[in-house]
Amino acid sequence: MTAVNTATVVPPVRRRAAGKPLLPPLVARLLFLVFAIGFWEVASRYGWINAFTAPAPSAIWSGFIQIIVAGELGAAFVRTFLEALAASAIGAIGGIAIGWWLHSSKKIGLAYTSWVAAAASAPLVLLYPLFLVIFGRNSSTIVAMGALGCMPPIILKAKDGLDGVRPVLLNVGRAFSLTPRQQFTMIQFPAALPVIFTGIRIGLLFAIINVVGVEFLIAFGGLGELISDLGDRFDYPAMYAAIFFVVLVSIAFFYLTEKLEIWLLSSK
Amino acid sequence: MTDVTSIATDTKTPALRIRDVAKTFSTPHGDVVALKPVSIDIKQGEFIAIIGPSGCGKSTLMNAVGGLLEDYEGTVEVDGKVVRGCHQEIGMVFQEESTFPWRTALDNVAFPLEAAGVGKEERHAKAMELLNLVGLDGFENRFPAELSGGMRQRIAIARTLAFKPRILLMDEPFAALDEQTRLLLGDKVLQIQQELNQTTMLITHNIAEAVQLADRVLIMTFRPGTIKRVVDIDLPRPRSSKMMGGERFGHFVATIWEDLREEASKGLLELEQVRST
Repeated sequence: MTAVNTATVVPPVRRRAAGKPLLPPLVARLLFLVFAIGFWEVASRYGWINAFTAPAPSAIWSGFIQIIVAGELGAAFVRTFLEALAASAIGAIGGIAIGWWLHSSKKIGLAYTSWVAAAASAPLVLLYPLFLVIFGRNSSTIVAMGALGCMPPIILKAKDGLDGVRPVLLNVGRAFSLTPRQQFTMIQFPAALPVIFTGIRIGLLFAIINVVGVEFLIAFGGLGELISDLGDRFDYPAMYAAIFFVVLVSIAFFYLTEKLEIWLLSSK
Repeated sequence: MTDVTSIATDTKTPALRIRDVAKTFSTPHGDVVALKPVSIDIKQGEFIAIIGPSGCGKSTLMNAVGGLLEDYEGTVEVDGKVVRGCHQEIGMVFQEESTFPWRTALDNVAFPLEAAGVGKEERHAKAMELLNLVGLDGFENRFPAELSGGMRQRIAIARTLAFKPRILLMDEPFAALDEQTRLLLGDKVLQIQQELNQTTMLITHNIAEAVQLADRVLIMTFRPGTIKRVVDIDLPRPRSSKMMGGERFGHFVATIWEDLREEASKGLLELEQVRST
């Protein structure tokens, strides 16, 4: 009698490591975008959605080329970029100064920090008529609204950062008889910078949103006015192209500042 | 061993004279006497260690001498001159990690010189000398996050020495380090102190560390703190951690613990009572 080998050969099963996603995040994101854009294209072409108010992505792409060639997008972008930059610079300087003021006095901090937190979550862009009265219909109104919008997160993070400086670092400064100015510039500010930078990053995005928003509302130059103008001309493909351009600029900006923050923290 | 009354009787002007320094803190539950009058004279180049149970006022005394605490009774004199508040003649090394994480080792050490307006070349040359002194040459361009705890504490010591303080105060500088690093760093501090003839006051919890480093060990009472006893450590110099196995070293450790045990027990008892309520 011969021995019968009853053991069956089971092919090795390749299992995913625990917690490892099915697709790499980048591939998953690209697949989603391809699917969404493809679906939109088909829906628009076959009339499932109104192709006039929601033009197909291919039409939006043509509109994008059109506004680039005409030079409208480039000029509007430069103007919006400069206004957002000016607004962010004013907002950052003012925000850090006010954050320091809230930090330096416990009573003042307790009294006003909650107001700033409330302002951070309020749609400050709605105050634009007041600024129109003060500054007139010009770039100053747009820059002022952008600065106002980006200030609350910078104030809050500046206060948090300065509050969080380890007392022993301040004692080192005192032991070396540093002046109050040296104490701030050589110890407090650099120690708080990682937290302040987070506030500046959020503030810059708020500045872009406010600048584009006010440009749109008062129809005075930049990407906001371009979107408003294209909408008034019923050139919806180009209008959507401009809107997506603003979204892409914001995403790129957020990504770059995030990378910059990580680099700053890791190198120090 | 010396009696308490003889601590401050040296007729020659000492490098550091602490006269009747006392501190009472006001709290919502009433006044708390943290420090009863303490008087100590420290000669130029002398190394003294102050040891006591937790909460005995060691750090309060150091903060008063170093100037971080200004509202206290009594006086502190450096070379016969009364000082109050932070003073460049007195340098402090802290228990907590105190290097600046955004500065390289070199820039950390050069920090006080930069604050004083010393030119870049000169302050970097001085900082390099001090990094060599604490055995960190080759690490000048590293950030603190890239260095060990012992190396960071050596940077803090070098940074304090950059200002050439007449008196060096060290508040449990090795407390956060492991035992082996602590011993090796103790050797390094001894070497520096001997090279510079640096007058030094060390606050510590560690009896062996106090015996290894100090010429005199001052034992403090539990709260309210004051000097209970002074032990002269007449071990020969130069010293190192190799001496720790010696009979005489063990004798000093046992002698100090004998006095300290009673005070530490009081502290432990109070802690247990607080926890039980």
